[in-house]
Parts: sequence; structure tokens; C-alpha cells
Amino acid sequence: MAPTGSRRSGYSRRAQYNLFTGYVIAGIGALIGAILLALSFFQPHLFGGLRGTAQSGVSPATETAASVRTGSKGVWEAISGYYRAGSKNAELKRENELARIRLAEADAVRQENARLKGLLELQDKETKPVAVARLVGSSASSTRRFAYLGAGARDGVAIGMPVRSPRGVVGRILEVAADSSRVLLLTDTESVLPVRRAKDEIVAFAEGRGDGLLRIKLINLGINPLEPGDVFVTSGAGGYYPPGIAVAILTETTDDGGLARIISDPAATDYVAVEPIYEPEAAVGAATPIERELDE
Amino acid sequence: MERNDPRSRTDAYGSRINRSHSRLLANFVPWASIVIAIVLPVFPIATAMPLVPPLGLVMLLAWRLVRPGLLPVWAGVPLGLLDDLYSGQPFGFAVFTWSLVMLGIEILETRMPWRSYWQDWFTAAMVIVSYLLAGWLLSGGQPTVHSLVALFPQFVLTVLIFPIAARLVAMLDRVRLTRWKVL
Repeated sequence: MAPTGSRRSGYSRRAQYNLFTGYVIAGIGALIGAILLALSFFQPHLFGGLRGTAQSGVSPATETAASVRTGSKGVWEAISGYYRAGSKNAELKRENELARIRLAEADAVRQENARLKGLLELQDKETKPVAVARLVGSSASSTRRFAYLGAGARDGVAIGMPVRSPRGVVGRILEVAADSSRVLLLTDTESVLPVRRAKDEIVAFAEGRGDGLLRIKLINLGINPLEPGDVFVTSGAGGYYPPGIAVAILTETTDDGGLARIISDPAATDYVAVEPIYEPEAAVGAATPIERELDE
Repeated sequence: MERNDPRSRTDAYGSRINRSHSRLLANFVPWASIVIAIVLPVFPIATAMPLVPPLGLVMLLAWRLVRPGLLPVWAGVPLGLLDDLYSGQPFGFAVFTWSLVMLGIEILETRMPWRSYWQDWFTAAMVIVSYLLAGWLLSGGQPTVHSLVALFPQFVLTVLIFPIAARLVAMLDRVRLTRWKVL
């Protein structure tokens, strides 16, 4: 399109000044932006309050959208359920029968577990979730993987608390506002989670790669014992997450571990639970730099 | 005259007799459409990869390229400030980059005053790709090769969505300049 004449100000002093001021403001804006950017690199949570307020501002809309989204997903699942319904039904019946048997066995194991724990005088801590809420939004256009949760400080949510769905770990609370909070998802490049293989005691770190996969890094290097299909659960190290929650399934082995897919895909979750920090003392210890001594 | 041609006293924006543009609408529509585009990417739930195009920037580019001279050069500052609240990038990223984009296009326009639609699209594609690359570098996280590879679908989607945004802007521009009854 042809440029408008608005850039040629002619002899009008007013037009000249207006034009000049526009350029100056744009230049100063860019400068301020660069300063803010540098600031938020050193202090990532400096503008968290502003962001939280903004998020709460749109939360009526995002809450509605979230409920519509899960509702419509249910409708689609109901329709697609009719596809090959007969054979699916038979298969499900078989699976259900097997599952019932396994459940009975699990009951027996649980009972034995309780008895043994009683012998050892270990106390089982019953963790009640701090809040149950919907994931209402996400940073879908950014390289970072954040989700927004429809519960905040008013519901008792605090920074560092683990977020889980019925399937497994979703992430960790990063910023808290009055009625909403920001969740660092497992797939973010800044997320590191101590895990262990479900069937034995092989410990590792699960790091987000930024492309939807987790990198499993073994702590003890040597011959890589992992195989595709291995399930990883939280190990409880670090004190944030309770041990034994499902995290990821290995899909590929590498030299120092492997690549894994997350079990609890945040896109497929409806409600998530925010749980209290498992062992706050250990979490404080882990967050303290090694140079500084822990005060009692 | 009306008997020969009933549309003789109208233009693309409606009848010209006793009708005038609304000053409020003419000034409000571009900004409002960009603000809505800024908030929209919050709604889709967390995907494994960045997939949703940065719609705020795309709308800003579309308004800037389809209707040059309408948005002031400093429009990137307030709009970028709003985008920073919702985008998930470190605060200040959009203020910085959107201001640079507006200044850059201004310079480009003085060098090449006459441009076609295809050149507009090319310019927008260049801006979008460099913006997403900058976003990958300055995301506050570790810029890994894998997350760069994961960006490619977003590159393609964002470049392809620009023509749609440009058509939308053309449509909104007609709405913006509709003539209303003067009281």
C-alpha cells in the first residue's frame, strides 16, 4: 500500500513536533523494554504480582472456556465411543475382569504393607490437597511451558507446592496471585524433578526438554539399565513432591539415561489438585545455597 | 439521480448524506482488536510444544502493514506491556521487541515506499521468524536445540495466519469507518 502523507509534516510546527515525539517515545519505549527484560532475567518474580492481577482479570472468561472445553471433549468422547462399540465392549469386559483380580491382589498387598509398617512403627501421613481447581489457561504461544490455575493465595496455594492430576504429576506452583496462580509444567526447560524407576531403586533426574519430552538423566552412571516402557515415579528427594506419583514412561534410551513421555498430559486434564509441600524442612534445605548455613 | 442509481450517494462505508464516521469507533477498533488478540492465546490449554501463533503481534503487524499511518510509531510500547502480562515470556520482552518492530517497519517504509501484498507478507514473515527466534533465545529458560526444532510448527502456522489477519484487518477497517446517522 502506498504510504500515507502523514510522515511529511510540511511547515506545520505542531505536526513536526508530534511526529518527532512519536519517534522519541518509541525509542524510549524500546529502551525501557530492554531494561525491564534485563531486570526480569535477574529477578524473574519481580513482576509476578502484575501478571497475577492480569490473569485474575480474565479469569471469568478463562474459567468458562475451561468448562466448555472439558464439556465438549466429553461429547466427542461419547460420540467416538460408538465407533466399533461391540468389539471394544468385549475387550473392556476382559480387561475389567483382569483388573478386578489385580485389585484384590493389591488390597492384599496394601494390608500386608500396613501390617509391616505397623511393625516398624512408621506413620503414614495422609496428605489432603490444599485446593482442587481447573487449569484455566496456558502460555500457548511462548517457548516456556506455563499453565494458569484457577486457585490462588486465597485458597491457600503457595509457591513450590506440587500440582497433580489423577494420572500423575503436572508441575509445580511458580507464582501466586489472589485468585490464580502460575504452574511450571514438567516439560518446561527449567523444570527438574527427582524420579526413580517404579520397579526398583534406580534414581534419576527428569528434565524438561522444551519439546514435550522429558530427559531422564541417571545419577549413577555406568551401564544404562533403562529400557523403553519403564515407568518413572517421583522419588521424594528434594522434599517438594510426595514419593510414588507417576511421572513419565521411557520411550528411547540414550547414553546417560533416556527420553520419556509425561504420563499426565496437562492438555488432557480436567481438575488438578494442589498438594502441600511434602517435607517443607527438606525443601528449604534444598533451596539454600551450599555456601550459606541453614539456620535452625 | 437516485432513480438511475440508488447507490449514487453512498460509498463503501454507507450513505454520505446526514451520515458520518464515528470518531470513537474509528479510534477504538484497531486497539481493541489487538488487545483481544493478545489475550486469546491464554485460552488453549497447555500443549506440549509452543503451537499457538503470537496473535497480538500478528494483529499489530497486520494493522501496521495493511493500514500504514493509522497506528502511531509508539503503539508497540503500551500494547507490548499488555502482552508481557499474558504471554509467559520474561516481562519486558514484548515492550522491547514490539517497539523495535514498529521502528523497523517505519524505516523500511521510508526506504521502500511502494509495496505490494506479497511484499507485505514477506516483511511480516521475516518479522515473525526473527521475533520467535528472539523469543526462543530470551525466554528465560535454557535455549536447547530440541526446543528450537519444536518451534518450527509455530513458525509455519504464524506465517500462514498473517494473510487471514490481514483480511480480518481489512474487514475491521470497513467496520471502523462505517457511517452512522449524525444527530
